[in-house]
Amino acid sequence: MAESTLQGGAMTQPMRATYRPLERPGKALWLTILTWVTPIGAIAAQLIWLTQSLPDRDMGDLQKIFYVHVPAAKTAFLAFAWVLVQSIRYLWKRDERADLQAASAAEVGAVMTGLTLAQGSIWGRPTWGVWWTWDARLTSTAVLFLVFIGYLALRGLTDDPEKRARWSAAVGILGALNVPIVYMSVKWWRTLHQPPSNSENLDPFYALGKQVNWLMFTLILVVCIAHRYRAHVAQRVYEMEQDEAALARRRTA
Amino acid sequence: MAEPIVITVQSGWRADFGRVFAVVAKDLTAERRTKANFNAVVAMSALILLMFGFALGADAEGLKNAAAGVLWLAILFSGVLAFNRSYQLELEAGALEQLMLYPGERWTLFVGKVLANLAFVFLVEIITVPLTGILYHVAFPEAWLQIVLVLILGTIGFVTLGTLYAAMSSRSRSREVLLPLLLFPMLVPVLLAASGATAALLVGDAMGDSRAWIRLLAAFDVIFLVGATWAFPYVMEG
Repeated sequence: MAESTLQGGAMTQPMRATYRPLERPGKALWLTILTWVTPIGAIAAQLIWLTQSLPDRDMGDLQKIFYVHVPAAKTAFLAFAWVLVQSIRYLWKRDERADLQAASAAEVGAVMTGLTLAQGSIWGRPTWGVWWTWDARLTSTAVLFLVFIGYLALRGLTDDPEKRARWSAAVGILGALNVPIVYMSVKWWRTLHQPPSNSENLDPFYALGKQVNWLMFTLILVVCIAHRYRAHVAQRVYEMEQDEAALARRRTA
Repeated sequence: MAEPIVITVQSGWRADFGRVFAVVAKDLTAERRTKANFNAVVAMSALILLMFGFALGADAEGLKNAAAGVLWLAILFSGVLAFNRSYQLELEAGALEQLMLYPGERWTLFVGKVLANLAFVFLVEIITVPLTGILYHVAFPEAWLQIVLVLILGTIGFVTLGTLYAAMSSRSRSREVLLPLLLFPMLVPVLLAASGATAALLVGDAMGDSRAWIRLLAAFDVIFLVGATWAFPYVMEG
């Protein structure tokens, strides 16, 4: 009888409390394996294609930065798509897990966007003669970077976890919506500057190199988000334990 | 025997309109009574116009070409000062919670805030726009009606997002930094379209560039209005 009353009590709790509580993350074998395999694979792929692929006719070895530049950009977009999915999931289900997933993806995505910009700049200096040009693709990428820097700043400057989750979900969704809009504005804006073109007739070995590196970067993304997510969960569990301990002390005092 | 308290909650568009209007009237009355905010923002925008003038140098032709971009930057930079303020008064008085407890749809609160902020920024523009013309040697343009349209559309997009983000930033730490940091990257499309259209209209729009910009601006306004009105209840709850 006592058990059924307890269940009845639990049933009257609000809906948003029905998801299972956060637990301190345990060991995950898949993540341990991936964490070791991914960097080894990424370095190996880089070494193979840096040494074995032929230099470009016009740009020489400089062309080979595309093995890391294009995958980094694609990975960043993937990360922000994950922010969008998890932000919507949070507002819908109110599961703190979704919020922490979005936060982790935003962090990794911002790093990848920063990497993309830095690599593009390194490539642009010898090729275009400038570190930076007001090209539509460059500028929209920089804007994307700043949108998610703002997202991370909002998270850092909000204390209440529930409020932080709601706000950053709204900002994450609007920010991700902004990405295709800024991208579309290429058509109307600075039409003299064409985005850098990619030739379709790639050497098969070169194309394979891009694909292998793209796979490696996706794995890096998964590993980084997983680690950041587990760190976020551990942090939240610790905070909640601290709160409970403080509450218990106050009760006994 | 105490009488039971009966609260009737009116619904329908008429009641919603009443709530929107009440918020607008409340915000504008608070503004009219102090005027401190308005004066500061107008002074700020004038200062920005002067500073850009100094930085760009006293080259009449160069100033004329820069006028459209500088005008929009002055509007954005000075307008941002007003948005946090629009929640700050209520936060200081502890009135925001009460405002949230009133019956009725939450979006009416947002639309009211947006309209009050729009009125405020339009008033600032009445001073800023002619001042830009004088300081940057821009002759009265033939296409002044289209420029007014661009000003209205651009301001709607700017104020809509600004009012939404200020709802968050005004209630968090370091609000002075947080609002521009969140808002300005999101405003890039509005800034591009608005200054592009204004520049095209000021120099005489032979290529018809302004039409494409104005269409783009209208599209952003619709997207931002829908997005912000959707997001506002989530931002404000609790």
